[in-house]
Amino acid sequence: MSEKNTTQGKAQKRRSRGRWRALLTPLMAIVTALILGAVVIVVTDTSVYDAFGEGFGAGLLRIVEVVVTAYGSFFAGAFGDPARMVRGLSTWITTGDGSDWVQSLYPLTETLRYATPYIFAGLAVALGFRGGLFNIGAEGQYFIAGLTTVFVGYSLTGVPWFIHVPLALLAGILGGAAWGAIPGYLKAKTGAHEVINTIMLNYISFRLAEYMLDVGGPMARGDGRPVSPVIQPSAQLTQFFPSNPNIRFNVGFFIALLAAVFVYWLLFKTTIGYEIRTVGQNPRAAKYAGMNVPRTVVLTMALSGGLAGLAASHDILGVIGFMPNSFSSGYGFDAIALALLGNSHPFGVVLSSLLFGALQAGARNMQAIARVPLDLTDILQGLIIIFIAAPAIIRALYRLRTPDEGEGAVMTRGWGQL
Amino acid sequence: MLKKLWVLLSLVLVTTMLVGCGGGGAGGKLKVGMVTDMGGVDDKSFNATSWKGVQRAIDELGIDGSYLESKQQTDYATNLAQYVNQEADLIITVGFLLADDTADFASRYPDTNFAIVDFGSLGDNVRGLTFSTDEAGFLAGYAAAAATKTGKVATFGGINIPTVAIFMVGYEYGVNYYNQQHGTNVEVLGWETAANDGVFVGNFESTDDGRRVAETFMNEGADVIMPVAGPVGLGTAQAVKERGNAWVIGVDTDWTVSAAEYKDVILTSVLKNMDVAVFDTIKAVQADDFAGFNGENYVGTLANDGVGIAPIASGAVPAGISDELEQIKADIIAGKINTGWAEYSASLE
Repeated sequence: MSEKNTTQGKAQKRRSRGRWRALLTPLMAIVTALILGAVVIVVTDTSVYDAFGEGFGAGLLRIVEVVVTAYGSFFAGAFGDPARMVRGLSTWITTGDGSDWVQSLYPLTETLRYATPYIFAGLAVALGFRGGLFNIGAEGQYFIAGLTTVFVGYSLTGVPWFIHVPLALLAGILGGAAWGAIPGYLKAKTGAHEVINTIMLNYISFRLAEYMLDVGGPMARGDGRPVSPVIQPSAQLTQFFPSNPNIRFNVGFFIALLAAVFVYWLLFKTTIGYEIRTVGQNPRAAKYAGMNVPRTVVLTMALSGGLAGLAASHDILGVIGFMPNSFSSGYGFDAIALALLGNSHPFGVVLSSLLFGALQAGARNMQAIARVPLDLTDILQGLIIIFIAAPAIIRALYRLRTPDEGEGAVMTRGWGQL
Repeated sequence: MLKKLWVLLSLVLVTTMLVGCGGGGAGGKLKVGMVTDMGGVDDKSFNATSWKGVQRAIDELGIDGSYLESKQQTDYATNLAQYVNQEADLIITVGFLLADDTADFASRYPDTNFAIVDFGSLGDNVRGLTFSTDEAGFLAGYAAAAATKTGKVATFGGINIPTVAIFMVGYEYGVNYYNQQHGTNVEVLGWETAANDGVFVGNFESTDDGRRVAETFMNEGADVIMPVAGPVGLGTAQAVKERGNAWVIGVDTDWTVSAAEYKDVILTSVLKNMDVAVFDTIKAVQADDFAGFNGENYVGTLANDGVGIAPIASGAVPAGISDELEQIKADIIAGKINTGWAEYSASLE
């Protein structure tokens, strides 16, 4: 009896240690990417070379200075300045003026705002992966959903917000879902590969948006610019800090979290989710088990497109307020990386989206304060993805123990094989 | 190994926080911030040219100037907020895509000065920097008609928006004026002002599109092409250089300088001197007697050198054309020649 208990305890301990180690690898991947990013910052900064011209010590000092300024502004831009938050809070308590406190939260809200469309788009791709489908069309679905959501947003007048906002969101979901269902249907009925079709549909959606929004087009504002009209106030997503319009953090973030919970529930707690995963793992087995494979494929792609569509709805209803012709943001493509990073798990996607959101917000501040080009975020994102996709590099670098069996297949799982 | 790393990391974090709280102003200098559109500051087009104006002001007027690049539509407000928080004296936004956010910030920060390139004023504290590019396009069209041997000249745009189409309008009117003066019948491919329609590639990025359109035009017999599409035009220049029997007309900047590898096939360039406009604006704000923009625009014309054309390639046109162009320029400034703006804006209604 007691012997059994100890073995159980050991197993439990090993398991929890394994879980900690599973987190350690991505964490070290981020740290390593930041270190390599620092190298890039240093070698591209001419002032470092000038300082080395003065002397070796001056050069080293300048390197430290450059890196500290860059990453200092980076973290301040992603998470805010704690000292300022405390000061703002105490002003609020003592004088009742909360504006400083709100302003000190600005960086944090920017991180969450950047993360919101990432969560939606990442969930879209992750859901596809679970169903064995590689949806590269999230960008196109985002465009189509942008058109439908903005149309409902500006054309509908005289309705209260609690009807207008859900309708506009629904329009985004339906627009994205319809656009996603097309390659799903083609795959189910003709076997045409969804990778090819989603890419091709991306181009069609870009050109369609161009046609609709071009000067003189059906959805143009009519002021000589290729942009849509501004949405009605009743279609705006609720802002949390209306007193400070620079803060554009809105209820969309919590809708994104709900979407993640929904996808988790759908995938792991419902029959439909079971079918999606089974089809993803082995369509032939699913068919012999009596599942309707074509229907599941179409449904998966439609759901995926609907989620991607919500990313556009958030940006239009919560942030920009209209749709410009050049709406491209690259979310659809970043989403593939997010789904892989998050191991195609809804909550993993949320975490990786928060990371990317912090990178984006931090980079904006780093550009403004330390004059480091925005392109550095692309490098950091790329490095993080490489290190997480190839954990062996990180383990070798930091002499981490190879994890117990079962953990090694992490990345392959993302590609819909579970 | 790990422990050491953690110690190092926390050290870095702590220093970071300490330094991050510091910072200071440049003290007394005029602070000018420029927000680019998604093209970025190295687009070799209007962002780059506008930035050249800020750089000149840094050198000559001793201002504190900087830029922030934007990668997506939501970045415009983020970057404007940065400069507002840094208490910039003048914020310059580049391009019509920033118009909504510029108008929003200008109304919320009435004490800050704003200027927007390629757009009209958006409020009392905003100066619109606009350009009568039709005047310069007219001269280029006239030169193109003089240079063609096939009797066909062409133009195309990136996206059909007024700031692009206006080049093509002037071009068409210039060609027609040449026909009138010389009794020729040179044809314009790719643009028709009366229909407000022409050839547009749909973007400002793809050099492949520029090459493809150029080849089509050359197959149709055109031997002068004016691409009004930013970097897309470089593909056109490449295609023309390979065939070797046609000319390209550069836009925005002098392409014999900014795209020097193609200088053998550049007939001339339509100059839209956004750097002059930006510099002029900064200088105005820095002046002691500056009393706000009062919602007035800067309009670049042939008269104030806000627009113009670069020297024409030697031997490309008959000897008398330079004198004729000088005369036409004077006539346009005097308002004696119609460069097509009125008809074009009527077609927009």
